[in-house]
Amino acid sequence: MSILSGDSPRSRLLAAAIILLVLGLAIAPFAFSSARTMNTAAKILVFIVLVASYDLILGFAGIISFAHTMFFGIGAYGVAIAMSRMEPGWIALATGSVAALAVSAVLATIIGLFSLRVRTVFFAMITLAVATAFTTAASQLSDWTGGEDGISFKMPAIFQPSFRLFEQPVLGLNVNGRVLSYYFIFVCTIALFLLMLRIVNSPFGRVLQAIRENSFRAEAVGYRTIVYRTLANVLAAMFAACAGILMAIWLRYNGPDTTLSLEIMIDILLMTVIGGMGTLYGAIVGATLFMVAQTYLQDVMALVSGATGHIPLLSNIVHPDRWLLWLGVLFILSVYYFPQGIVGSLRDRAKR
Amino acid sequence: MIAPSLATRDLTVRFGGHVAVNAVSCSFQPGTLTCIVGPNGAGKTTYFNLISGQITPSGGTILLNGNDITRMAVSQRALRGLGRAFQLTSLFPRLSVIENVRLVMQSRQGFGLSLLSTWTSHRQAIEDADACLVRVALTKRRDTLAAELSHGDQRKLEVAMLLALDPDIFMFDEPTAGMSVDEVPVILDLLQGIKKDTAKTILLVEHKMDVVRSLADRIVVLHNGTLLADGKPADVMDLPIVHEAYLGSLPPVQGTAHV
Ligand SMILES: Nc1ncnc2c1ncn2[C@@H]1O[C@H](COP(=O)(O)OP(=O)(O)O)[C@@H](O)[C@H]1O
Ligand SMILES: [Mg+2]
Repeated sequence: MSILSGDSPRSRLLAAAIILLVLGLAIAPFAFSSARTMNTAAKILVFIVLVASYDLILGFAGIISFAHTMFFGIGAYGVAIAMSRMEPGWIALATGSVAALAVSAVLATIIGLFSLRVRTVFFAMITLAVATAFTTAASQLSDWTGGEDGISFKMPAIFQPSFRLFEQPVLGLNVNGRVLSYYFIFVCTIALFLLMLRIVNSPFGRVLQAIRENSFRAEAVGYRTIVYRTLANVLAAMFAACAGILMAIWLRYNGPDTTLSLEIMIDILLMTVIGGMGTLYGAIVGATLFMVAQTYLQDVMALVSGATGHIPLLSNIVHPDRWLLWLGVLFILSVYYFPQGIVGSLRDRAKR
Repeated sequence: MIAPSLATRDLTVRFGGHVAVNAVSCSFQPGTLTCIVGPNGAGKTTYFNLISGQITPSGGTILLNGNDITRMAVSQRALRGLGRAFQLTSLFPRLSVIENVRLVMQSRQGFGLSLLSTWTSHRQAIEDADACLVRVALTKRRDTLAAELSHGDQRKLEVAMLLALDPDIFMFDEPTAGMSVDEVPVILDLLQGIKKDTAKTILLVEHKMDVVRSLADRIVVLHNGTLLADGKPADVMDLPIVHEAYLGSLPPVQGTAHV
């Protein structure tokens, strides 16, 4: 299968789950009319790109970085700043995107060359410091970034909610600018995911795994490990910026809380680990489960809490405000029972 | 006389106050298998580490085909024809046996930075890697993870990875250590095979005296980091100083008698 770069899911269950999921995301605007569901589906798409790009460095290259949301933010701010300062058309969108990708690449190169020589833990610390400084700078430079409030902006006409592609609804759906934005993001996500799948299955991707396994020997057989690690860092940063660009296109808004926060960084980490590090497919599974849990866990809990209202302690524990606690419990259980993540476990089972 | 492919001049390294390699000057010629012998802790592995670049020397120079490579990066030396198999096996543990070898082949064939082709499309590298596995008799374990191999098979894989690099200078650090008796001949045949190619320079650290006798064109004796003797096997083996330094550690009875 050359479109999958020879790297199929290697588990029937996983393949079935992924096909169902992609189909579900493909028909989401037709199947679910609620804005909330569309919103969740679009965020799942964006996070598939973001988590896959994180898996590229964490799972494949063995690099722990806390600066991934910074690049996510650079992508989103690039679009937001260009769209709010220029005529909000295609040229502004392209300018913002290209500028964001260039800034991400340069920044990731500098961080990589200066600090990928040091030990993993120190690199993680350095990226945390850089990301924190960046977040502070973004909220300080409010003339450009809108500070804590962020920036709302307009999209090109065909992505605006009032736009109609057809006079009549198609299969009961008004094909408006939101639907078109959704499908734009859908197509971009598939293309970006397949491109990353190609990269991890390229000779370069194989070297990353060798470096992760034993950088000493990788160097001894002729690989300049610093070059490979820096390039991996740059690629991951640019893919994260792509995710940021898509996020901005969907939300028509960007602020520190939507792309830069440390909370999102931790979410990405959880999604990568739950899905299965070093598998790339884990990004699809991890992002979907996490986003669905984040959106609907509170609903389910409200239901249960209401039903158990007469039992004092229990109804308190399942109160919707405790959803983060329950997410934490789910995370611990999943790491305990599936240390290689869901994809890793499914593949193991398929091998037996 | 043939020009040396590799030479060290006054090569020295200190760890704190301890001089592990002490002003070693030595040249190695193509078409020659040189055995480096000496008791444990003599500095043989450290000498190798200096040549292949894992350790930076405190003094002295290393010449590869007459060019100074003393400060050259490890990866660069490997691509310039300096290949090394490690005494302490150093593999890519969670990758398959074939993948361990294929990665080295990929390095030598120079397509590691290819981002948009799939690794499977580079057929030649896979075939060449498989040929290396045949040479060390490891084809049966081709798809096993390196970490799951027996100790002897891991030693074979270590050697197969050096074969894949196909360097001009082969450095083997106790390749047969820890191998069972029936596994050793595979490595001996292999060394004999490489020796036939007169363009190759072979450096071999080896403890088994029968192996040394059957293979060595020349023997260099290291002791406490110093070059103690250097010459034809017949001459070196009979030197009293070698008996004392090298073989002296063998019979425990005599050892106690000396004290
Ligand atoms: N990185 C190091 N730091 C400190 N001492 C070392 C280091 N590497 C080797 N040594 C010391 O140098 C001496 C030579 O070791 P080595 O080269 O491994 O000997 P051999 O391979 O001949 O058995 C030993 O005394 C060893 O303890
Ligand atoms: Mg040694």
